[in-house]
Amino acid sequence: MTDMPKHSVSLDAKTPEGPLADKWKNHKNSIRLVNPANKRLIDVIVVGTGLAGSSAAASLAEMGYNVKAFCFQDSPRRAHSIAAQGGINAAKNYQNDGDSVHRLFYDTIKGGDYRSRESNVYRLAEVSANIIDQCVSQGVPFARDYGGLLDNRSFGGVQVSRTFYAKGQTGQQLLLGAYSALSRQVSKGKVTMYSRHEMMDVVVVDGKARGIIARNLVTGEIERHGAHAVVLCSGGYGNVFFLSTNAMGSNVSAAWKAHRRGAYMANPCYTQIHPTCIPVSGHYQSKLTLMSESLRNDGRIWVPKEKSDVEALRNGSIRPTDIPEERRDYYLERRYPAFGNLVPRDVASRAAKERCDAGFGVNEAGEAVFLDYASAIERYGKTEANVKGIENPSAEKIRELGEEVVKAKYGNLFQMYEQITADNPYKTPMRIYPAVHYTMGGLWVDYNLQTTVPGLYACGEANFSDHGANRLGASALMQGLADGYFVLPYTVGDYLADDIRTGAISTDSPEFEAAEKGVTDRIQHLLGNNGKTPVDDFHRRLGRIMWNECGMSRNEKGLTQAIADIQALRAEFERDVRVPGRADQFNPELDKAGRVADLIDLGELMCKDALERKESCGGHFREEYQTPEGEALRDDEGHTHVSAWAFTGVPSEAVHHKEELNFENVELKTRSYK
Amino acid sequence: MDFTLKIWRQDGPQDEGRMETYPISDITGDMSFLEMMDVLNDKIIRDGQDPVAFDHDCREGICGMCSMFINGEAHGPNRKTTTCQLHMRSFKDGDTIYIEPWRAAAFPVVKDLAVDRSAFDRIIQSGGYVSVNSSGNPLDANAIPVPKDDADEAFNAATCIGCGACVATCKNASAMLFVSAKVSQLALLPQGQPERMNRVQRMVDQMDKEGFGNCTNTGACEVECPKGISLDNIARMNRDYLKSQVTGE
Repeated sequence: MTDMPKHSVSLDAKTPEGPLADKWKNHKNSIRLVNPANKRLIDVIVVGTGLAGSSAAASLAEMGYNVKAFCFQDSPRRAHSIAAQGGINAAKNYQNDGDSVHRLFYDTIKGGDYRSRESNVYRLAEVSANIIDQCVSQGVPFARDYGGLLDNRSFGGVQVSRTFYAKGQTGQQLLLGAYSALSRQVSKGKVTMYSRHEMMDVVVVDGKARGIIARNLVTGEIERHGAHAVVLCSGGYGNVFFLSTNAMGSNVSAAWKAHRRGAYMANPCYTQIHPTCIPVSGHYQSKLTLMSESLRNDGRIWVPKEKSDVEALRNGSIRPTDIPEERRDYYLERRYPAFGNLVPRDVASRAAKERCDAGFGVNEAGEAVFLDYASAIERYGKTEANVKGIENPSAEKIRELGEEVVKAKYGNLFQMYEQITADNPYKTPMRIYPAVHYTMGGLWVDYNLQTTVPGLYACGEANFSDHGANRLGASALMQGLADGYFVLPYTVGDYLADDIRTGAISTDSPEFEAAEKGVTDRIQHLLGNNGKTPVDDFHRRLGRIMWNECGMSRNEKGLTQAIADIQALRAEFERDVRVPGRADQFNPELDKAGRVADLIDLGELMCKDALERKESCGGHFREEYQTPEGEALRDDEGHTHVSAWAFTGVPSEAVHHKEELNFENVELKTRSYK
Repeated sequence: MDFTLKIWRQDGPQDEGRMETYPISDITGDMSFLEMMDVLNDKIIRDGQDPVAFDHDCREGICGMCSMFINGEAHGPNRKTTTCQLHMRSFKDGDTIYIEPWRAAAFPVVKDLAVDRSAFDRIIQSGGYVSVNSSGNPLDANAIPVPKDDADEAFNAATCIGCGACVATCKNASAMLFVSAKVSQLALLPQGQPERMNRVQRMVDQMDKEGFGNCTNTGACEVECPKGISLDNIARMNRDYLKSQVTGE
């Protein structure tokens, strides 16, 4: 562990001086460079190969650094960015609807409920346009209009169309683009790819990150890898809730190991609960599936107005389509007329919860609302009939034409819904409910994306930097690629400029030895404790605690209890977890055990952070702090800061540091989407 | 519902492997196939035995990590469905279900149902990209218009998830559908033109080097592909490959 103050200090984000719009340009022009010959003498490790990791590894290698990239999947192409559906934002203003870098910046700050760092968000908006240029040049097949130019759609929390997309597979196409750039560098020998490898620890030598301990997940071999800098692009920690839209393997371990080695964890309680997911259906459910936010472009969300209709739906005596217009409550359109169904995610999720808590949930569990395409199908059908010159089309013809249009736009999502639920969403409204989707919190980083450990960087969802307390739709892909293609490759050079004469980092040092021994001992403990209970059992129980007490709404009593419950769960895990198999073989249960242990620790810190933040903002809703209408009530006097936690041994006893957020370019306002 | 599972168990690439039988009960129709496997492994672990290893990650049909040959078909009985999106309602109470790994010389078994598909990565590394630097200054995205039909067809090819069902299904263990999907995506777009001939040669050469078989046009790969990648891509690749041989580009 590096030397850390045991009392609260104010953190310096190292934001460059000057006007907001010039900061990045000036900074790029003034930071130190490493000349091409010297770059060949420098090694960089990148952990994770999602959008941030693949793009960072490819860019660093193109610049001349020697890169080692790691992923736990069997191929870098499978990182969970692949599952992002709806789109990627960019301030291109191709639709001539008044978009600009400033407007994207402003929407993101507002969407994040004024809890993000102005300078980072502005830079994100600034490079957003380059991302689209870059991806198109790589051959990413974005959706196009009939003139051959790029098409856009709208996402929540904004009033322009700035979202670029590739049907419902935008993340897949962007990741495959970044993966192809990465593959090109692998073929040149500039990147060495370590698939099916897990980072087990960060090695800190003389206060600097100098490498990692990794485990080969096929052979179980523990490996030492030295480097001059380590970049964590290991994604978010939504799996702390067990049920989430994350992949089964998504985990916090790399970030948590960094936290244990001195990197501060920032705003861990900021969790995004996505409003449109397929509801939970049974006890054995292993994950939840997102239905893209883009569906809110055309779909309308409602529940019945009358309890009698709710009852009849639940016992199956009526179908949703039997309920006439006047007995439906389109509650988002009612409460938020200006943004309607396209309010930000946190607002839409809480509104769904409010209706369901009031007894209007439309499935047996009372935890679902309708997302209805009937009026969109009719609207599109009529337009299509006009275009095709069909006079007096029948209602059936209109439906048929409308369904074709919807299929072209959202076909794969509708198909996925039908596969999972066995309901046909063209004929009956989808049932949806909020689910954990993304985590805005993460490792604290300064303007250069460096953590509090020198030489240790964090990009993409793994850092906390750009989304404040709530992320806008289609901004995760933007941030991952911005960090990886356009920010980190420059900023890391400033740090590495000191290392041109260091030479290769030896892995024979006592620090590497100690870190490796820590890893081996931990594995032996997990395999040898003679427990009885499988890992998943603990993970499920952790998820239940987190969802109930640290989910869509939180309060002091529940959070305090949750910390105690998680501590008890950890003690039980250490005593009673059963991990079968051996250390020297392919052993997915062992991989999972290590990850769940770290998620348990993180859960405790999340509850502590949620307890400490005595206000409601974005995805963090404390029941004690709300307006009479039930909207989030911020405390700008007391909480316009980032909470950054320093590990001390017990997760909930971390030392609380603050980075004050200064808003010089936007005025702090109560967010209103009415 | 109750089932009898016949599952391929194999400790590693050198092990011979064998089918083993596991009865399983109390399965509901809305469980996914992999959730059924979770239930099985939970029981196996509690009994102190070795759980069945299988690959999986996103569980929403897009990462391509899940595999499994189920009752003689890649990803099971349903069309355009990955194993993780297959639900138990597709089976009848009392069924016997056979579960095997992808079988191909180029995909050695890691353990049980998990196989090594790194050959696919090496094929992409051999040329499945446009040589453009990410830190440069490419043209404005709209400076390269692409006819909508070409863009849509390129997109359709690009939706390949790299799961390997095509290889597992093919009697020759050919990877032509996978390789041709990437070749086609880039051949259909203006960005892919400069390296088009070179790319197809290098990717086909690497495919051969990895030990995948040849294509004999049975079309089984297209039928079993969970993303519906079209055989047309193979035709396009063959044309380009032939052209590259003739012109010597």
